[in-house]
This record gives sequence, structure tokens and C-alpha cells, in this order.
Amino acid sequence: MKKKIEVWSVISWAMLAMFVLFLIYPMIGILNQAFFNPEGAFTLEQFTKFFSTPYYSSTILNSFQVTIAVMLVTLLIGIPFAYFYSFYYLKGAKFLFVTAILCCMSAPFIGAYSWIMLLGRNGVITVFLKNTLGIKIGSIYGFNGILMVQALKFFPLVFVYMNGAFKSIDNTLIEASANMGCTGVKRFFTVIMQLSMPTILAAALLVFMRAFADFGTPLLIGEGYRTFPVEIYNQYLGENGTNHNFAAAISVIAIVVTAMVFFLQKFLTNRYNFSISALHPVQKRKPKGIAGVLMYIYCYGLIALAFMPQLYIIYLSFRNCDGAVFKPGFSMGNYQKAMKKLLVRSINNTLIFGVVSLVIIIVLAILIAYLVVRRPKVINHSIDTLSMLPYIMPGSIIGIALVIAFGKKPFALTGTMTIMIIALVIRRMPYTIRSATATLQNIPISTEEASISLGAGKIKTFFTVTTPMMANGIMSGAILSWVAIVTELSSAIILYNNKTITLTMSTYAAISRGNDGLACAFAAILTALTTVSLIIYLAVTKSEDIKL
Amino acid sequence: MSVNIIIRDAVKKYGDNVVIGGLSLDIHGGEFFTLLGPSGCGKTTLLRMIAGFNSIEGGDFYFNETRINDLDPARRNIGMVFQNYAIFPHMSVRKNVEFGLKNRKFDKSRIHEQADKFLKLMQIDQLADRMPDRLSGGQQQRVALARALCIEPDVLLMDEPLSNLDAKLRVEMRTAIKEIQNNVGITTVYVTHDQEEAMAVSDRIAVMNAGAIQHVGTPKNLYQRPANMFVATFIGRSNIFDGTMKVSGGRAEVTMPTGYTVSFDTVAQENLKDGPIKVCARPEELIVQKAGERGLSAVVDDCVFLGLNTHYFVHLTTGEKAEIIQESTIDSIIEPGTPVSLRLNTEKANLFSPDGSRNLLNGVINDLKVAGR
Repeated sequence: MKKKIEVWSVISWAMLAMFVLFLIYPMIGILNQAFFNPEGAFTLEQFTKFFSTPYYSSTILNSFQVTIAVMLVTLLIGIPFAYFYSFYYLKGAKFLFVTAILCCMSAPFIGAYSWIMLLGRNGVITVFLKNTLGIKIGSIYGFNGILMVQALKFFPLVFVYMNGAFKSIDNTLIEASANMGCTGVKRFFTVIMQLSMPTILAAALLVFMRAFADFGTPLLIGEGYRTFPVEIYNQYLGENGTNHNFAAAISVIAIVVTAMVFFLQKFLTNRYNFSISALHPVQKRKPKGIAGVLMYIYCYGLIALAFMPQLYIIYLSFRNCDGAVFKPGFSMGNYQKAMKKLLVRSINNTLIFGVVSLVIIIVLAILIAYLVVRRPKVINHSIDTLSMLPYIMPGSIIGIALVIAFGKKPFALTGTMTIMIIALVIRRMPYTIRSATATLQNIPISTEEASISLGAGKIKTFFTVTTPMMANGIMSGAILSWVAIVTELSSAIILYNNKTITLTMSTYAAISRGNDGLACAFAAILTALTTVSLIIYLAVTKSEDIKL
Repeated sequence: MSVNIIIRDAVKKYGDNVVIGGLSLDIHGGEFFTLLGPSGCGKTTLLRMIAGFNSIEGGDFYFNETRINDLDPARRNIGMVFQNYAIFPHMSVRKNVEFGLKNRKFDKSRIHEQADKFLKLMQIDQLADRMPDRLSGGQQQRVALARALCIEPDVLLMDEPLSNLDAKLRVEMRTAIKEIQNNVGITTVYVTHDQEEAMAVSDRIAVMNAGAIQHVGTPKNLYQRPANMFVATFIGRSNIFDGTMKVSGGRAEVTMPTGYTVSFDTVAQENLKDGPIKVCARPEELIVQKAGERGLSAVVDDCVFLGLNTHYFVHLTTGEKAEIIQESTIDSIIEPGTPVSLRLNTEKANLFSPDGSRNLLNGVINDLKVAGR
């Protein structure tokens, strides 16, 4: 074999260099701040402070408590929903599906904000109940609020995962168990749930990661119930007494915790490792009788509850508003105010960041998937592992790491568009890489070999055969990346400034300044943007499924 | 025009694991040559070494005088048909077939013409504008073959091309493949684990086991005078009995279980020695007679009527099991439990050395030795 330098090796090394610069180097910065005091001496002071002060160490407990509760509740409400959806003919199934997706793709804090407007201290429902019926509902701030908002936001993740799992169950297995006298609820638990166990674990992990790292929801609705990501943010950028070293130390702890959960899930999943091939997909049945009615009530009720916040925000955006007070009557006033408050720039920035990041993500994901699947070498596996690291890192940590690394020379990038794009790419690439890798793994290499044996060179084969075949898988990952980019809050809140403000940031800024009408207008536009993206995606790919 | 493939001392390793260790083979120009063996024997590995998709750890591969070891797969001028067809799912049938021609910088009009010619030859011209997901297995197979042939390759390689088809289509396609190979006259290397398929299409077959070639020969030769016991049991079915050979007057007297003695006049001169041997009789080489006549004494366990033939499963009075195939007769089938006597057709039966590694008879033609050095 000729010993010329292969194109792919060059790409491997370039890729590795990039990850070292934009991921490893910033992470070293965090470690540095966590373990060394400003004078440069090694110290565990920050960690001792965290664990010995209940004020701080309780945040980790809080985060765990609420996240595990969210995980359980999402499984509890999401699995029956998925079961009804995939085992019965429900009228308007497509509507249910799309709406569920929209719920979990909305910007992280809009749900929390809307529920505050509805059920908060001055929420319309709270006030209505108190004034007309004299009923006092409990506080939705703190644990309960976070639980409700996150559970309603994340149960669609469980639904989508479980729908996939239920679809892959072979109907003959269902028939076989009926044949052996196992039906109904017993069959659901002994056969169907057992077969779906790997998916349940995967969904549980996903919910855990998202809920644990969610920053917007506890920030708005958590109040005294202090969680991890919020504490990191407060220590880094808070209004009083910031301590960068302490923020870095908490970040390190957060990463260790999420990594442990990640490996625990891997371990559990391996115990349920089996493959089923559905030659005969499950036959859907028609829901009948009282059970059928309850099924409809459950599914539509749940979706309505989950989607209501977004609709309410859109409704509010058209109401007259003066500062924080909504007044009777409708107008475009909020939108006019938004125009003055950098609406155009926000939209432009959101779209520019989104498109540029997405293009970079897609290119990198294709290359990484190819390297990992077709050229399994140590260096390529390291790239793969590195690229998945951000999956377990809360966004605010990535934001802080980038500020530490690129806040000063030689790489002064803070405040530029570049750093926003870097953050978005790093954070949202894992989705696309996963789906691209999975797709390529299912494409037999012989198709590429056929191309080569027909005289196409390696590069030509990559572009004319490999890439087009991967297109579908890349698209399904890219839509997730796109929506996540557009609604990004946690890293952006640390990196943005007036010039690089996005729709999400404008919304957040308006909320935190108490400009409720303005906030609603921004949020409504954001919701419209994600909805339109999703509908375009579904129309273009003609797919009924979204893999998350 | 047709190309010889010459392989000398080919070595394939995965890490320290030697899959093929020093294999040599001559494949003649224009012949339909089959690599046959159980799964894992290295036949696909060898094929992919010829195609250039597996690295070669040792030895030399030639197309005529050209050494191809270091030649890029894209430039070996090979047509390859894959087990899963490897049809490009995002291109129409015509685009698939034209793909190779475009890479060869044919001019436009010739591309169209050439593609048409092979679409017609494979009888898929009316499917030209379909997408692959709307083709049946057999149709995809035809597209794969048209795509491989239309670039007019020097060599056609096929890796278990029929294994994904149902039984009836498999027979139909193998006839089609054989016919087209005859018409085009291209050197073809075909990999399969199905011995019937191999016999049906091949000019010559190489039987492989554990990374080594056991026997290279025509289907007739492999079946009638297998080089060793592996070949005898892999190609068709064989009953193996222990026996002893005694030489008297230049003839071999072979004593078999139950004391049955027969004389062979087909034993090669150098193998005429007293001692233990293995007797290998195919099911049709044992003839059922009435009990008491000279032969292996046995009892019928079961019989299966298959129309043309009837299969008998018997055990000898010394315990060995045996299988016999007889042309069905009009009178009644022999009932289970009936004692019978089995005569051996000594003209057809084979004798092997006690370890089964050598056929002791005259008439074994194994091209492997010719290829050896």
C-alpha cells in the first residue's frame, strides 16, 4: 500500500485539535479555577466550602430531588400516553404527536413564565379562584412548580421514545403471550414493559439530563428552592457576591454528578441488551366503551395542559399592556414595543446563529460519523467521546468555560458572534452526531464498496453515495439541534451582550425587567419560529416520526 | 480478452489471527469458478482480497501478468455483485447502472446506449426509471448484475448473490446468471455455501475449509472422486464406515462392518497396503437386497417416500447408522423393522486413508496440486 498521507487522517487530527481548543482547553480553565486560588496555589477550599455549608450543599440535594421526581412523573404520565397512542387508533393522532413535540421543544423557561402568569401570586386563575370562590391554591413556587413545569415539558420525550419502542415490538409476541394466557394489565407489565426496558432507561436518562441541567425553569419559578445550575449562575454572574472560583468548583461537581448518572444508565441498559425485529408491527385497535372515552380524555387533556402555557403566552402578547399590568383590549402594542427593543436584531441574530451553527454542526457530524463508523481508530473514538461530553454538561458550565478560556488574549472572543456560535455548536452537536452515526451504522459498507469498484474514487464515493444515504438520519438530528439552538438560554445568558442578543435572551431580559407584555411578544415569536421549523421539517421529510 | 487470475501464497491476518495462510490458486480466463465452503472458511475473505476491499498480508495476486496487490480497488476493472446487492437507494435503476460508466468518462450517448444494452440483457429495461425501494429481490439482483457487467470488467466477482432470494427465484436466477456468463465470456469468481448452487453454475469449484483449499475440480470430479473425506461429506451426503484393506494378488480386499468383504480394483498402485481405511459410500451407492444375500446386514429404521426416490434410514447389526436412496418402485415400500442386506457399488464408492485426508483411489483430479508450485 502506498504511504501517502490520507485525507481522512488529516481530518481526524484537525478535528481533534478543534475539540482540544474549544472543549478541553476551556474545561481545563474550569478545573484550574476550581482547584487553584487566584494566587495560583492548589486548594480544595472551594469544595470544602460547598460541602460543609448546607446553604450550598443543599442545592445538590434539591436538584436531585426535583429531577428524580420529574423523571418518575414523566415516565408515569408519558408511558400510558405512548401506549394509548401506539396501540389504539386515536382520532387526531397526528395532531397529538405534533403538539407533544412542540411542547418539549419550546424555550426552556416559557412554560415556567406562563404558569406564573396563570397560577402565580397574581396569576389569573389564582386571583379568580380567590376573589370569586374564596379558594386559595397553594404556592406553585419552589419544588411543586418546578416539578409541574418540567414534567409537562419533558413527558413528550418519554412519549416519543416509548412510541418507537412500542412500534418495534412484534405483534406475534403479543399474540404469543395471549396464547399463554397473559393479557391485559399483566401482559403490559410482564411483556411490553420488559421489552421496552432499554428505551425506558434511555428516556429516563434523557429526562434526567435535561431536567437536571435546566436553568430557566428553576430560575423563574424556583424562588427559595435553589438548584445547582442556578447556583452556578448566581456565583458567576449573580447580583451580589460573585465568586468565580466557587462557580467553577460547583461546575466540576455538577459534571461529576451527571457523568455518574450517565454511566449508571449505561450499566443498567447493558443488562437489558436484546434485539427484537418487528416483522409484524402491532395491530392498532379501536378504543371502545368507557375505557375508550377515558383514553381520549387522558390524551387530549394532557396535551391541552402541556400546551396551554404557550397558547396563553401568545394570547397575552396581543393584549394591551403597560409594563407589568395587562389591560383589557387587544392591540399590536407589545410587538411595536418589541420593535424598539431590538426585535429585528434579535430575530436576525437568532437566525444567523442558528443557520451558521447548524451548517457547522451538520458538516462536523457527517465527518465524525464517517470517521467513527468507517475508520474505527483510537483517535476517532476519542473524537467521538469528546464530542459527546457536552451532552452531560449543563449549558451554563460551557458558557463559563468559554468565558474563562476566551475572555483574554491570546483568544479574546468574548462578546463576539464567534463565541456564541462556538457555544451553540459544542452544545447542540451531540444530537446530530448520534443520529448521523446511527444512520451510517445501518448502511452496509458494501454500497460504498460497490461505488468504489465501479470506479468512483473515495472522495467521490463519500459525496455521491455516503452523504446522500445519510441525509435522512442527519435531518432528524439536525431539526433537534436547530430547535435547541434557537431556544438556547443557559450558555447564552453568560455569553450574550447587546450586540449578540437573541430572541430567547430578549424574552428573558424582558421577563427579568418585569416587562410582561414585551416578554410575551418575544416569546410568541419564538414559539412561532419553532413551530414553523418543525412543520417545515415534517412536511419536507414526510416523516411521521421524530427520533430524539 | 478474458483474464486469468493467479494467486500465489496469499496470506490474510486479522491481528495475530491467521485466516488464510499461504493459499495458491489458478483461475482460467473466461471460466465460471466457484469458491465453496462452510461459513467462516475464508471464501468471502479471499474474494474481497481479489476485489481490493481486504488488505493482503502476504503473497501475490495477478490478473494475467499484472500484479494487482497495490492497485486501487477503483482501478482493478472489476464488476462486483454483493450479497445484499448494494444498490444505491437514492438513485433510480438507470442511474445505478450508469454510475460506473460515468466514472469511466464514457461520453453521454455511449453511456445511455451501454446502459440500455445491459438493462435489456437483464430484462429490466422497463424498470429503468424506478427507485430501488420499489423493486423485488430478484429485480434488485438483476440491477446489481447489470451494473456490474455494463462497465465491461475484466473479472466478475459475486459474493453469495442468491442467498437473499427465495428458493424458486434462486433456481431461476442462477440459470440466468450462468447463461449471461456464457454469453459475455467473462472470468467469474462466485462465492457460495450452497453446494447444489455451486454444482449448477460452475465450470470448476474450489472447496475450502478453515482457510485452505481442499479440492479444485469440476463438479463431476468433486462428487465422484473427492480428494478427501471433508469434500466427500461437504459435497452431497456420504456414509462413512470403518474398514480394513488386505492386498492379495494386486487387488484390494476390503472388509467392512458385519463381516462383508468386497474387492476394489480402483485403488491406486502406491496405496495398496494392508491396514485400516475408511469406506465412503454415497446413499445411492448402497443397494438394498433381501436379508441373507451377501452384503452389510442391517435393519430398516424409517423410510421417506419423496416421489422419484425413496430414502431409507437403517442401522447395521453392528450399530452404525446409514442412509440409502433408491429409485422408488411400484411395489410396496420396505416397512420399518425389516432386516435387509446392503450391497456396495464398488465402482463408485471411495476409500480414504484412516484420517480421511487422502483418497486412495485412481482418478482423483485435484487442480490444487497443479496450482501449488
